[in-house]
Amino acid sequence: MLKINDLHVRLEEEDKAILMGVDLDVTAGSVHAIMGPNGSGKSTLAYVLSGREGYEVTRGGVALEGQDLLELEPEERAAAGLFLAFQYPVEIPGVGNMTFLRTALNAQRKACGEDEVSAADFLKLIRDRAKSLKIDPEMLKRPVNVGFSGGEKKRNEILQMAVLEPKMCVLDETDSGLDVDAMRLVADGVNALRGEGRAFLVITHYQRLLNHIEPDVVHIMADGRIVKTGGPDLALEVETNGYADILQEVA
Amino acid sequence: MGLPARRQEDSEARIAHLEVPDGAAWATEMRKQAVSRYLAMGLPGRRDEYWRFTRPDDLNTPQAPHAAVVDLKEAPAFGEVDRLRIVFRDGVFDAEASDDLSCEGLEVERLQSATSHDIHWLKDVYGVLEARGQEPVARPFAALNTAFATDGIVIRATERVSRPVNLTYLHENPDSDAILHFAIKVESGADLTVLENGPAAARFNKCMEVDVADGGAFHHVRAQGRDHERRAVTHMFARLGKESAFKSFTLTANGVLTRNESFIELVGDDAVAHIAGAAVGDGDFHHDDTVFVVHDAVGCESRQVFKKVLRNGAVGAFQGKILVKEGAQKTDGYQISQSLLLDEDAQFLAKPELEIYADDVACSHGSTSGAIDEDALFYLQSRGIPRSDAQDLLVLAFLAEAIEEIESEDIAEDISGRLKGWLQRRRR
Repeated sequence: MLKINDLHVRLEEEDKAILMGVDLDVTAGSVHAIMGPNGSGKSTLAYVLSGREGYEVTRGGVALEGQDLLELEPEERAAAGLFLAFQYPVEIPGVGNMTFLRTALNAQRKACGEDEVSAADFLKLIRDRAKSLKIDPEMLKRPVNVGFSGGEKKRNEILQMAVLEPKMCVLDETDSGLDVDAMRLVADGVNALRGEGRAFLVITHYQRLLNHIEPDVVHIMADGRIVKTGGPDLALEVETNGYADILQEVA
Repeated sequence: MGLPARRQEDSEARIAHLEVPDGAAWATEMRKQAVSRYLAMGLPGRRDEYWRFTRPDDLNTPQAPHAAVVDLKEAPAFGEVDRLRIVFRDGVFDAEASDDLSCEGLEVERLQSATSHDIHWLKDVYGVLEARGQEPVARPFAALNTAFATDGIVIRATERVSRPVNLTYLHENPDSDAILHFAIKVESGADLTVLENGPAAARFNKCMEVDVADGGAFHHVRAQGRDHERRAVTHMFARLGKESAFKSFTLTANGVLTRNESFIELVGDDAVAHIAGAAVGDGDFHHDDTVFVVHDAVGCESRQVFKKVLRNGAVGAFQGKILVKEGAQKTDGYQISQSLLLDEDAQFLAKPELEIYADDVACSHGSTSGAIDEDALFYLQSRGIPRSDAQDLLVLAFLAEAIEEIESEDIAEDISGRLKGWLQRRRR
């Protein structure tokens, strides 16, 4: 599904290398987790995948189902099936959540040569998805993320994911700022979307999210590289011993 | 005392070809007083405090600068609304194109005939509200208008009128210099909506005086544009009685020079005045909103919401004042003026002012100028919305606060649709 090959990335403004040779192969149907200490480059990887400006790829490449992702505009990446759940979802005053979701869904459908969804079908779809995420219908009428609590913002990200049905979901620190109950809701939402044709890349600092979203593969990232890869046990090791031991071990 | 010689000459030259229209003695007296007011103030100059942001040159010339007539493919504004249409062609009333002026709850009469006989209420409005609005800031083009306007309409609403009056302007002569005057009285408990649309003339001087009696309500929605080469100077003078409401919204698209002035006086307790505007300009565009709200009664509320989207050298100006007079306690005054600059060439000039002589009031004002929020733009793109669509969405969101001031949902939708069309036509 997602193949990252020897990816080197530089932060344009500070002329600073952040990623220094990342290799990753996320197969369809699998859940990969990337863990790592602060500043290891996890969020940069998420932004580069989604096409945010300010990062320069100096070497390597990224392919989504064989398509060169780095050539595409952010909206084209979305239409190709990529979705990034933001660590800090953006507030957009004046744009209603419903309008936003419908515009996004129809834009993606249009890009894929499909017909737009009718207002009635859309309403049915979004009500159904919102209900399973326990999202208050009032929240759908409000402007995007404006006045939402931390938990509501993250649930709204998962709602967008559930409506847009991407193939490759990247979750950037989705657990940050969530209490246990909110985390369970978010995890349930993600788990409901797990399936054959869809892959997940879950970026997190702590192991606790991985209790709820069980990964198939766990990677440890440090200093812009994947330094260790293993099974779910690796996440538990981090939880027990911290990152220092692992980093020492691979050094 | 007196104007500098040069300015006096220019001011006299400006009106040399104009004649005070014939009328009843009271009207002639009003007009003569207006001529005196105009000559005492003289034409504005660059150094006048309220003309520093806007060059008055094209308004000061005796002849109107040439303005190409545009053929708009777009359907006229308010086409879906059941309304009483009153049409002016290059500033001249067109009876053929207008609806029958008789309407329940309304007295509608053409200005010439109304000022030729004694209409009790009109004597208390025509030129009277304009004259009140000359202090403390001079508005010479409004005095000129009162003195020389040969056409216009006077309207008296005596009950709640469900059908809006739609003043529609047509521009056919590239050199027309139109002066129109409207005097409106909304009687106690009456409710009137006035809509304005269409390019009026090469140069358009419009003055509207609105007297809202106790408990009356006046709604006003105007779609200015999209004729590009026009010069327009418009004035709205309103006097609001006890528990009355005044709500005005203006959409402006294009125009090399537009100066919209408002002077709103809240003279009865618990009156409400909302005045809002959305202006979009690209390139050779200069738009100026100059608003003056006077609180002269207890418990009144006023809101000013002005938004401008500018790019490619377009200039927007806002001069807004809230004056709270002594004794106008419990005043609630709010003013916001914001601009969204879509590139580095656009310019926004703002002068918000508060002047308060009462001690128990809540007044706030804010003025901001900024670019499109790149984080929001990226967020929308990351969900699959193409960049240009995402930008339009954010522009409309920015303007939404002003459009929300329109009470009628149908009309608000019409205005939003016009803005969407404008944005789409400007796609590269």
